[in-house]
Amino acid sequence: MDLEALGSCVMSAACLVTQGTSGFIIGMLLFLVAVGLTLIFGVLKIVNFTHGAFYMLGAYFAFSIYQATASFTLALIGAAAATAIIGMVFERVFISRVYGGSVLMQLLVCYAFVLIFDDSVRLIWGPEFKAMGMPEAFQVPPLFIAGGVVPPFYLFLIVVALAVAALLGLGLARTRLGKVVRAAAQNPGMVSALGINTGLIYGSVFALGGALAGLAGALAAPVRSLTPGMGFTILIESFIVTVIGGMGSILGALVGALMIGFIRSFGSIGFPLFTDGLMYVFMAAVLIAKPTGLFGREV
Amino acid sequence: MARSPALRDGLVALIAFAALAALPFAVGGTALPDFVIRVAAFGLFATSLNLLVGYGGMISFGHGMFFGLGAYAFGLLMQRTGLPVPVSFVLTLAFTAATAAVIGAICVRLKEIYFAFVTLAFQMLIYSLIVSWVGLTGGDQGLRGGIPRPPFLGIDLSNHTQLYLMSCALLVGGLLLMRQIVESPFGYTLRMIRDNANRAPFLGIPVWRTRLVAFVLSSVFAAAGGVIMSLFVSGAYPEFAYWTISGEGMFIIMLGGINAFLGPLAGTVILLLLNDWVTRLTDHYGIVLGVVILFFALGLRKGLVDFIVEWLEGRRSAAPESRP
Repeated sequence: MDLEALGSCVMSAACLVTQGTSGFIIGMLLFLVAVGLTLIFGVLKIVNFTHGAFYMLGAYFAFSIYQATASFTLALIGAAAATAIIGMVFERVFISRVYGGSVLMQLLVCYAFVLIFDDSVRLIWGPEFKAMGMPEAFQVPPLFIAGGVVPPFYLFLIVVALAVAALLGLGLARTRLGKVVRAAAQNPGMVSALGINTGLIYGSVFALGGALAGLAGALAAPVRSLTPGMGFTILIESFIVTVIGGMGSILGALVGALMIGFIRSFGSIGFPLFTDGLMYVFMAAVLIAKPTGLFGREV
Repeated sequence: MARSPALRDGLVALIAFAALAALPFAVGGTALPDFVIRVAAFGLFATSLNLLVGYGGMISFGHGMFFGLGAYAFGLLMQRTGLPVPVSFVLTLAFTAATAAVIGAICVRLKEIYFAFVTLAFQMLIYSLIVSWVGLTGGDQGLRGGIPRPPFLGIDLSNHTQLYLMSCALLVGGLLLMRQIVESPFGYTLRMIRDNANRAPFLGIPVWRTRLVAFVLSSVFAAAGGVIMSLFVSGAYPEFAYWTISGEGMFIIMLGGINAFLGPLAGTVILLLLNDWVTRLTDHYGIVLGVVILFFALGLRKGLVDFIVEWLEGRRSAAPESRP
């Protein structure tokens, strides 16, 4: 424990900016994964245990596309599209068979796919760590804001994630598709009786969740190292985010993700050995105070 | 013959133990006893998990933490304190039970999927504690240097045969105890909560207290499994506390079946055989295991023992009807 270092960091603008942005990007990446998780849960009432694997696949797809085309934009789009397709197929072919069944079956099907995806990545890309490297467009000197170091890529990442958050929020609230999705979450039988193909809606929600996780993986690829097990850590963290924010709430996912991001970035200064532990302590505290999460309704 | 079910279970246990004890003399070599020791460790773990999943309807995805805690607590006690084996064993179980009581108090009120994931999160907390507390646990290298095992009451666990007999005794004794728990009024209360969590409080049953007791009890047996494992490998490794142990436990009870009491034990034997067989054939253990899981989850939709039991019952009940 090093409270003095934490104290002096909070007092200095430079450290505050550096740690703040690093907390921000951790939070935004987590948000992109967690919002898909929470959306899928909200509509399908399934906790997608394979969600971390979509993140991992997104990162690896981006890695390969970037190596082949040297275009980071293409890598982002390609990774999101590929994970969307995988998500759609996964839902239609496998997950749709265990709706309404026991949670045990859902967990097992997902567990099977975590094993299969992890091993497939090991088979295709190899078990060793991979580094994608910073895309050329972002190989510029970092910005200095109030003495703190901010790499331009971090700003890009934050802007993209915030834009996605805004689009998602608006899309769900305002568009016809958003209304159908929300209706399907409330009463799928009724929606289907009105002549809407709920299977397609479910598949699309899974595809959307997959695309968001894949996008997060692709955005993370330049700043994180790629390993076959990378999906699991982020899955646990995004689950903590959704528990804190409340299952099914997009705003909750955003707030929860930022909280975890800041806990991790500032916690690594104050409690270097117990950064992970801090998250769990925080989650336990929220659960004791409000079991449905900060923005959650009855579950 | 035996009058009470408990007496009958005791007899079955005695016979099972005698058969297991005779096994090394019938079949030479250490391969089979080693296999049985692993079955003992994971069988206790999986059956204890089934106390929660099968009887309590509490799908814990973090049960492996108690397996890991058992292995580490026992190993550390033996390495650092020099207490006799039985004392360390009891202290390990007590320590695990106390930890489970704290974690359970937070978790057992949560509903299905929340319960699954919050237990998983706690497992990862324990795992990260083990990995980061290098001074105590040896970090990701694991607890090395061997686990000392001074002889007690004439039993010397550094002797392979005696370790084998002790593991068998723990397995059979543990199963016997768990059998008594699930057949007790408490066990039936647990089943009622699983089947109808609204009706139970209506009848004056404190639901969360029953579930907490089940959580703590099952953690104790999981820790006993961990102790066997730590004695077997003479150490403890972070993988013992990693989430995949919980996943495998889930898969074991799924393989064997959650409705038959001995289903998880059968599942353990199947998984360990599958394990040894697949790792010998291919490096891509995950893909093969994943496909097998899918076959069970989407194909059979139940465990092997459950499947066979239901098939036999179906035949028995169908037989008289087929005769006009």
